[in-house]
Amino acid sequence: MIVAITGIILILFVVGHLLGNLQIFLGPDWINSYSEHLRELGPLLWAIRIFLLATVIVHIYVTIRLAIANRRARPKSYIDKENVKATFASRHMVMSGLIVLAFIIYHLAHFTFRKTDPRFGLLKLDPLNRYDVYSMMVYGFQNYVVSGFYVFALFLLFLHLSHGSSSFFQSLGLNNKKLEPRLALGGRIFAWLLFIGYASIPVAILLGLIKPAQQL
Amino acid sequence: MNFKLQIWRQKDRQSKGKLVDYEARDISPDASLLEMLDIVNEGLLLKGETPIAFDSDCREGICGTCSLNVNGEAHGCDHPGAVCELYMRRFRDGQKIIIEPFRLRSFPIVKDLVVDRSALDRIVQAGGFVSARAGSAPEANSILIPKQDADLSMEAAACIGCGACAAACPNASAMLFTAAKVSHLSLLPQGNPERTSRVLKMVNAMDAEGFGNCTNTYECEAVCPAEISASFIAKLNREYIRANWHTSGAE
Repeated sequence: MIVAITGIILILFVVGHLLGNLQIFLGPDWINSYSEHLRELGPLLWAIRIFLLATVIVHIYVTIRLAIANRRARPKSYIDKENVKATFASRHMVMSGLIVLAFIIYHLAHFTFRKTDPRFGLLKLDPLNRYDVYSMMVYGFQNYVVSGFYVFALFLLFLHLSHGSSSFFQSLGLNNKKLEPRLALGGRIFAWLLFIGYASIPVAILLGLIKPAQQL
Repeated sequence: MNFKLQIWRQKDRQSKGKLVDYEARDISPDASLLEMLDIVNEGLLLKGETPIAFDSDCREGICGTCSLNVNGEAHGCDHPGAVCELYMRRFRDGQKIIIEPFRLRSFPIVKDLVVDRSALDRIVQAGGFVSARAGSAPEANSILIPKQDADLSMEAAACIGCGACAAACPNASAMLFTAAKVSHLSLLPQGNPERTSRVLKMVNAMDAEGFGNCTNTYECEAVCPAEISASFIAKLNREYIRANWHTSGAE
């Protein structure tokens, strides 16, 4: 239940974050003013960040404990084991989750703390004296390695959520025989939409559809 | 038909077991896997070897004692059904067949293919019953039960307690078993007075037996010989949340 509730909070964040990011397609003014508004929240922004961090920590702590208990429940594994119904995604939630965690740490260092790319320090403020998030994202994703890792992590997030975004209904008891196949399908569609939405940004940048608003 | 068998042999609880190769010859396609094991055992007895120990009782798919993993699947490839309902015509002639016991900490191996499934009995003993005067049967229509409740309860009550759910579960979780046992009583008026305490006691007993945790992979319902739906696990989760809610106010 704790996993389900923290999972829902994180899913809501992922959706919100995507909607924010997609504003890059609306031009520099949109996304720069969006990020300016976020920063203007000040202490509230930090409260949200700390809340999300705590959620992530609880989600991981509880699931790792469960995973260890599950290992102990089968000390000797089968010599031959076929999976009839359990999907790859559902059996590898810890693996996909931990790789996504590694990505989140890098992603924060990259775009939030801006410690990995020295070019971000050269960016000038935009015409309205706001930090030029638009150009930062474009320069950031123009690197194939960065974009590649980003898309790879997104795919694992997709795997994680293709199971997780319907699984929490079952954990909270909000499921029955009729709903189950619909929730499973809905969860997979939801996870694909997130993947396509997020991946569209680096792809559009690498294809040159989005160009930086300023030259370095 | 002929088969190349690889069967888990283990002398007792403590000893280390291993897969041993056997040949099964001239097996009727209409023999069940257990009947094939009987034939192999007769051959072993004639050669003066110790026969392969395996559990079986009813041989009509209702006792749930067989506890075998056949070619990687609990009860073999012919779902739904127990191993006594798995016929050799489902295999190719000459096919390799690996037979292992269910593997979980909660089901210790007694010998060869025989496991001790009494952990499931202890979950039922914790609360899977109705405390009522067991006199003569009352008049059938004196307690009215909605048809859909009775049907759903019967679906859950179809569980034969074979443990395939826990055996197939990637996490060795016995949630489907416990869900079926909790649900079939909680759906009926007779089970209602103990509804709250039952689910708490049975879930605690399940955890105490060292089963794993449910991560909603639904592998359990795929191998269940009684076709118990994993939606009963959602019901168990509901019952558990409800029971915790009720008891938190009662103290």
